[in-house]
Amino acid sequence: MCGPGRRTTPPPLSFMLRFLLTRVSLIVPTFIGITLLVFVLVRLIPGDPIETMAGERGIDATLHERLRHEYGFDRPVIVQYGLYLQRLIHGDLGRSIVTHKPVIEEFASLFPATIELSVCAILFALCIGIPVGVLAAVRRNSIFDHGVMALTLTGYSMPIFWWGLLLILLFSVQLGWTPVSGHIAFIYFIEPKTGFLLIDTLLAGNTAAFWSAVGHLVLPAIVLGTVPLAVIARMTRSAMLEVLGEDYIRTARAKGLSNARVVAVHAFRNALIPIVTVIGLQVGVLFTGAILTETIFSWPGVGKWLIEGIGRRDYPVLQGGTLLIGAIIMTVNLLVDLTYGLINPRIRHTR
Amino acid sequence: MSKYRLYRTAAAAAIVSVLAAAPLSAKTLVFCSEGSPENFYPGINTTGTSFDANSQIYGRIVDFERGTTNVVPGLAEKWDISADGTVYTFHLRHGVKWQSNANFKPTRDFNADDVLFAIDRQWKPDNPYFKVTSSNHSYFNDMGMPKLLKSVEKVDDYTVRFTLNRPEAPFLSDLAMEYAAIQSKEYADAMLKAGTPEKIDQEPVGTGPFMLVQYQKDAFIRYKAFPQFWGGKAKIDDLIFAITPDASVRWAKLQRGECHVMPYPNPADLPAMRKDPNITVLEQPGLNIGYLAYNTTKKPFTDVRVRKAINMAINKKAIIDAVFLSTGVAAINPIPPTMWSYNKSIKDDPYDPAAAKKLLAEAGYPNGFETDLWAMPVQRPYNPNARRIAELMQADLTKIGVKAEIKSYEWGEYRKRAQNGEHQMAQLGWTGDNGDPDNFLNTLLGCDSAKTNGSNIAKFCYKPFEDLVQKAKTVSDKAERTRLYEQAQVIFKEQAPWFTIAHSVQLKPVRKEVIDFKLSPFGRHTFYGVDIKQ
Repeated sequence: MCGPGRRTTPPPLSFMLRFLLTRVSLIVPTFIGITLLVFVLVRLIPGDPIETMAGERGIDATLHERLRHEYGFDRPVIVQYGLYLQRLIHGDLGRSIVTHKPVIEEFASLFPATIELSVCAILFALCIGIPVGVLAAVRRNSIFDHGVMALTLTGYSMPIFWWGLLLILLFSVQLGWTPVSGHIAFIYFIEPKTGFLLIDTLLAGNTAAFWSAVGHLVLPAIVLGTVPLAVIARMTRSAMLEVLGEDYIRTARAKGLSNARVVAVHAFRNALIPIVTVIGLQVGVLFTGAILTETIFSWPGVGKWLIEGIGRRDYPVLQGGTLLIGAIIMTVNLLVDLTYGLINPRIRHTR
Repeated sequence: MSKYRLYRTAAAAAIVSVLAAAPLSAKTLVFCSEGSPENFYPGINTTGTSFDANSQIYGRIVDFERGTTNVVPGLAEKWDISADGTVYTFHLRHGVKWQSNANFKPTRDFNADDVLFAIDRQWKPDNPYFKVTSSNHSYFNDMGMPKLLKSVEKVDDYTVRFTLNRPEAPFLSDLAMEYAAIQSKEYADAMLKAGTPEKIDQEPVGTGPFMLVQYQKDAFIRYKAFPQFWGGKAKIDDLIFAITPDASVRWAKLQRGECHVMPYPNPADLPAMRKDPNITVLEQPGLNIGYLAYNTTKKPFTDVRVRKAINMAINKKAIIDAVFLSTGVAAINPIPPTMWSYNKSIKDDPYDPAAAKKLLAEAGYPNGFETDLWAMPVQRPYNPNARRIAELMQADLTKIGVKAEIKSYEWGEYRKRAQNGEHQMAQLGWTGDNGDPDNFLNTLLGCDSAKTNGSNIAKFCYKPFEDLVQKAKTVSDKAERTRLYEQAQVIFKEQAPWFTIAHSVQLKPVRKEVIDFKLSPFGRHTFYGVDIKQ
């Protein structure tokens, strides 16, 4: 197995097609499973949404019945599920019980902020995690290696909520380097075009606003990226260690290749496969972490929206939101699977 | 290179836009609010969070004077009340301007049609707007309007007549509440025609001191002073709600000057807040009460001696110190001390386990009895930790031989069961709506609400008390009403349907540069009249 690029023949179409079809056929039942699970779980939370809205003052029985009827909660659960699926097929996720806006619209207006945060968090995790992991593997058993292992274990076990507050107290309150929370300073008035503030500010040509948005992004991205960073660094290290012990690395070294070339091209490239898998799985972790991070930093994303949905028993929001996030995670993992084809020569060079 | 030129153009544009940004002299006040509003139509809202966000925009026929529960003229300049107290004639203000937005430019001033629309929308199921956004007009129904109102008529463009089915002294206070906000009929008609009626609740237009500029859910609400506001332009130019759900983060923002006023601080942060030279902590007992209700229809609580005995057996001070910390004051009467007619001369039942035991023996329970003791599963504004309070009570009661079993249900279920009277002792509480004593004494302790599903979970229906409270409802003279309510509080204490726990204190850290921010007894945040030092 030598350098890449030699004897490359594109994978046969039938193979790729079969691969894709298997993956997609797995997605459909998973998707239905999610709808059913979410639908049932949401209804297992005690308390109905109308009672929750009423608070201390309560609600009189006739009005309660009327509202239950209006929202369709008076029908048998199985019928409600059927109707839900039927609407779902037509792309209708229903309306929030609380704000009465379409779920899809709310999701679309909040999701860019979550993506912005998640992408920055994962970039932060990759830019630091991978080099650190590689270095730790190369200098196995050095102080650096042990230090990295200890720090990543700490990072991995750090409760996000506490970590966020700690960073705010240090960098925002004590040192005054970063803003405490929010998306952008209030003196900037940016009309949302794409919903991605970093892009919107640049489109508006307002560099000062752009830097304000970047400043607001730093702490939440670090907080959200900490767990993935720890996982990626540890995974990179162990994958690299395994590869570095392979015969072909010894062969490469024996051929007199420079250490850097051996590590970067021969070892790292082969170590990438498990790393990419882990990155794909981290997307799910990111969404979980985003829920807490968004709450601490008042970040207007979908995580906070879902938490509020639980408190208010907003069934359509919970069902729709979970489904959409589930769909996104599945898509990302499908894409990750497909990238194996690009990086794994064993798949690429099918005979 | 065209790329380079493009970059230069962008940079130039950036500089220009920085220079063209709003002048720095604009006075901006940032309020770190605790959550996102449900929408901008107070008629269907029930939370303080939503009311804070939308009451800046709208006007009402009458208003609460800032910082008090007194009713003052709003969109109505003056009013007449008929001798029998059933006909209210409001004379509306002339020349009141409507705000405008991208959807709507008003062609006329505020008039009687708008008042009628505000009422009809919540009252008449055949109104095209009745079901828009939601048909659950909670407060309109809770304040008993559907039963109370006989007719609402337009006499002329600037006169509206409300006829009631019976005299109702708190009626004016009811109309000063947020749900009675006046929306533009002209805007409503235009949006109905355009097929987007819900827009009036999402992109609101009002007659109030601030107009909505931009709202981003979970991020911020941006308002601008409405220059043509009938009361004169607000002293601040921009008002921003920075939505910040976490109390520690709100405090960090306040310290940094990223916001100027914050609600609901963590009790643990208070010592630091009081020490900070840039912060003033305003405080006032809120318009609320937390209590333990005895089910007066269930043995042994049918006997007033038992109720009194329990009142004396529980150490109230210990509860306040352990659970409320500095955020609560011991409650004596069922109404808070900031409310008019509060009877200062009433003494609380002393903490005296020996006397309690004796009284219990007199009532025929020398060895105590077994009972249940309900605790809410959630934190409420008037009760930070019902479970912990229940445990303290339980320990106190053991000392007089009463074995109390703590019970809890999911919150909605809890309230429903308590209102059905399934408990023997249950904690609950109340936050006032309109600042009228009737809203506590009648709503929580009157015979009418003792029925199934009513708010009177003590099921307390006692003729001498009921007579006073009902009479006070029909008299419009405030001095006379005060006298009646003071008497009612004496009877309440004698009959002891509740163990009154505490009134939670409203604490509001405010930065020093904020001028003339007043605490609202209702716990609301009103920014008209507030100024800020540059």
